[in-house]
Amino acid sequence: MSSVPHIHRRRFLAGTAALAAVVALSACGAKTDAAGSSDKAAKIDVSGDTVKVGLLNSLSGTMAISEVTVRNSLTLAIDEINASGGVLGKKIKPISEDGASDWPTFAEKATKLIKENGVAATFGCWTSASRKAVKPVFEKNKSLLFYPVQYEGLEESPYIFYTGATTNQQIVPALDYLKSKGLKKLYLVGSDYVFPRTANKEIRAYAKANGMTILGEDYAPLGSTEFSTIANKVKASKADAVFNTLNGDSNVAFFKEYKSAGLSAKSMPVVSVSIAEEEVKSIGTQYLDGQLTAWNYYQTTPGAANEKFVKAYKAKYGQDKPTSDPMEAAYVSVYLWKAMVEKAKSFDPEKVKAASDGITFDAPEGKVTIDGASQHIYKTARIGKIGSDGLIEQVWDSGKPIKPDPYLKGYSWASGLS
Amino acid sequence: MTVILGQTFTGISIGAVLLLIALGLSLTFGQMNVINMAHGEFIMAGAYTTYVLQKSISSAGISLLVALPVAFLVSGALGALLEWLLIRRLYLRPLDTLLVTWGVSLMLQQLARDIFGAPNVQTRAPDVLTGNITLLGGDDPLTVANNRLFILGLAVTAVVALSLTLRLTPLGRRIRAVVQNRDLAEVSGISTSTVDRTAFFIGSGLAGVAGVALTLVGPIGPTMGTNVIIDAFLVIVVGGIGQLKGTVIVAFVLGVLQSVLEYSTTVSVAKVLVLVGIVAFLQWRPQGLYTLRTRSLV
Repeated sequence: MSSVPHIHRRRFLAGTAALAAVVALSACGAKTDAAGSSDKAAKIDVSGDTVKVGLLNSLSGTMAISEVTVRNSLTLAIDEINASGGVLGKKIKPISEDGASDWPTFAEKATKLIKENGVAATFGCWTSASRKAVKPVFEKNKSLLFYPVQYEGLEESPYIFYTGATTNQQIVPALDYLKSKGLKKLYLVGSDYVFPRTANKEIRAYAKANGMTILGEDYAPLGSTEFSTIANKVKASKADAVFNTLNGDSNVAFFKEYKSAGLSAKSMPVVSVSIAEEEVKSIGTQYLDGQLTAWNYYQTTPGAANEKFVKAYKAKYGQDKPTSDPMEAAYVSVYLWKAMVEKAKSFDPEKVKAASDGITFDAPEGKVTIDGASQHIYKTARIGKIGSDGLIEQVWDSGKPIKPDPYLKGYSWASGLS
Repeated sequence: MTVILGQTFTGISIGAVLLLIALGLSLTFGQMNVINMAHGEFIMAGAYTTYVLQKSISSAGISLLVALPVAFLVSGALGALLEWLLIRRLYLRPLDTLLVTWGVSLMLQQLARDIFGAPNVQTRAPDVLTGNITLLGGDDPLTVANNRLFILGLAVTAVVALSLTLRLTPLGRRIRAVVQNRDLAEVSGISTSTVDRTAFFIGSGLAGVAGVALTLVGPIGPTMGTNVIIDAFLVIVVGGIGQLKGTVIVAFVLGVLQSVLEYSTTVSVAKVLVLVGIVAFLQWRPQGLYTLRTRSLV
């Protein structure tokens, strides 16, 4: 009996030593590679008849609930483009990486896609934290990122194209809508990281200038599932409405607790900026019936382009799978990249960027146009109401695409924000 | 007033969740001196059991009731298997159990990812558990969430059942004998290896029950175990290792403390303050709240 553990230990030590050696060797390899090509633009691999692009999404962890759907619609767009001949005569070859809801992992995988795989562009990221983590990687390597999710604004990068909404295309219209309905006392609930904190700063500035009151502001750690206290505080505040910037499946716990506390869309509506059709389905419509969302696209948005998109998505991923705003923005981003590459007649990021201004695409959400100066796109704002069937019905829209204004320069109340 | 009562109840309900996740660990860590890092994954196994059962049983209420014993058996069996395969070789080396069971926990997480997919999943709660009860009438009624009441009842039942088992049954007496003096128990004719495995089965089974309870408040995912395991260890270390009484008291005290601090500050600040409080407490009483010369549970 006593000799057995010794053998195990010896084996274990040998195994550990071997593992350590492998790790050390691979680390050396990575280092020389990085040192060799750190200042130059990354080399794009266009050998053969394919061009590689990176898909960088969380396929595991707290954000996977949302980001897997984005990866699906990116894949759909790539398949469609390949079926119709590809880009500049080359088929697109997607390389998918899992950011695992972990920001350093996102930066690592972005480096891998650019340096090892030689991708022409990368599509993905969801949370602002992941975008902030990869931003320096794309800028240093002069490689392009297409970011498909609404965010807090106050950012521009020469190597990022933002195809989701910026603040003046989502949050400001949502506040305008609440104000028009007389819902002036707000409670702010969000996940504790970049997007909600910045968004809430903007909401406070807006409220101050528009005669609205913020009764409370609470954050829960990303991935948190304990919301009983927050629900109690929200209830005791007697606010007119809740502005919800929670991300990922914290929303599941939050809305369960919201209902348990006896609150509902009738007594205190919640307007959410990060819950779309896919999340509605997994949170459960019994918790969300009648609640509000602010986006630029819903599955129910009318138009031939959307009918085609919804039909193709369901055919590929299942009839019960809904489409959503970030999925649509991701789908659009691949087509916009294709149009830019074709206009530039090159995969070179600098030439692609130079060709971007004014490029339009007949998107499922309606016509979108790239604003070359900010590298954001013109989008229509839409407020929706979640129905008992899990779909979102539009109750208001901005009528025409809104020019992106990431730094909110067009609003006097936003002058102090940075 | 309503707010104070409401927050107190919230604290108690957080405490009930803490108690459920720490209860099984107090048996395996406290009594048997095994640092089982895979305990969180046994909780996860219980939660996924609920999910699987709900797929085959359409009534959410019945599937929840069926899930309680089934999750106990599934997680208990996993625990007994782990004990038989690995831990029984490591009883005298507690730090090695930490490494080995940590490896097992990573494997179980990956296994869950392979079987159920990486994205988190949810179960439907029975309608009766999604509502709330109004306790005080008036303009500002005090409401108590039904799912929280259910979890509180579950925690109390589990503590009473465990306590009675240890105090009154022959198995309980054998567990206590082995814990107090393994060699003497062995020469008295008690099969210590069988007792070890049974205790591990019960402790891990309780983790499964905790997993069922957690499906009522949040999502189910491969990493849900790692999210709660730290809290469970904190409760046990502060309560006094191996002390059921300490575990119960500390779970509720930490729950109420957390909810009071959350109310007056924010969730993140409250977490930090609770941790600082625990560190300070352990400076003062490194042995935890309760210590007896014998390491008996009752």
